[in-house]
Amino acid sequence: MITVLVLMTLGIGLGFFVGKFPKVIKGVDKMTTWSIYLLLFLLGIGVGLNEKIINNLHTIGLQALILTIGAIVGSLIFAYITYKLFFKSK
Amino acid sequence: MKNSLIILGFFALGLILGLTRFLPEVIMESDFSLYALYLLMFLVGIGIGADRSSWKVIKETNIKIILVPLCVIIGSLVGVGAISIFTPEIQLKEALAVGAGFGYYSLSSIFITQISGETLGVIALISNILREIITLLAVPIFVKYFGKLAGIASGGATAMDTTLPVISKYTGKEWAIIAIFSGIVLTILVPFLVPFILEVL
Repeated sequence: MITVLVLMTLGIGLGFFVGKFPKVIKGVDKMTTWSIYLLLFLLGIGVGLNEKIINNLHTIGLQALILTIGAIVGSLIFAYITYKLFFKSK
Repeated sequence: MKNSLIILGFFALGLILGLTRFLPEVIMESDFSLYALYLLMFLVGIGIGADRSSWKVIKETNIKIILVPLCVIIGSLVGVGAISIFTPEIQLKEALAVGAGFGYYSLSSIFITQISGETLGVIALISNILREIITLLAVPIFVKYFGKLAGIASGGATAMDTTLPVISKYTGKEWAIIAIFSGIVLTILVPFLVPFILEVL
């Protein structure tokens, strides 16, 4: 995974220079969107081929849902405290 | 929203092809998703570096704005951490990695799949999609009971794009800039935080 972070940092550096060229940025945006499509497509294939996941989809779905609830409720509580302490007067 | 549907469409298409085994051997056996991930991260990097407006937003606003993404990070991680304590099937590390997606389901699920395998990848995908959907539906209620930062917090990384319209509608336009800022910070953090949690912690 270190390769990924190195590539991303290189990208950020390169981004500073190409930021002036809207055409390049547009092309980069388009390629980004399509690589996300490609990777999710590949993840779809991987999941479809993976019998362990397909046979346990209800358990997996339930675990995902309770994790989401945890993340949202946690965020809401901390957001409430932050709002009361620092933003209320606004 | 349109983009999310297309992404889901590609996932669904892959899923159907995988389920029906309607694929050439080459795709089923080789793993070129890692190289696609390398390409994607390079492109995401360029996008971040090139985006002048996101740097400007950060420079021009009050320092306490940084508290917003910070409370989303702490809140999400504490929340999923608590869930993992009460559910023995979910390990703390896995729960934290899923929670650190902050709703950015495409990138977080891709990363988690690559590091921890497809099962956790799918949990991350579903969980973070649900975060976006629940936020879209429940922002008015959240804002009513948890204050003006509630929609921004619930939306996480999606507060800068897909959930921004509802957040701005139910919280007020003056909060939109904070929503965008928080969303940008969280979006940038996802590719650092998720591998960090899975590989370093």
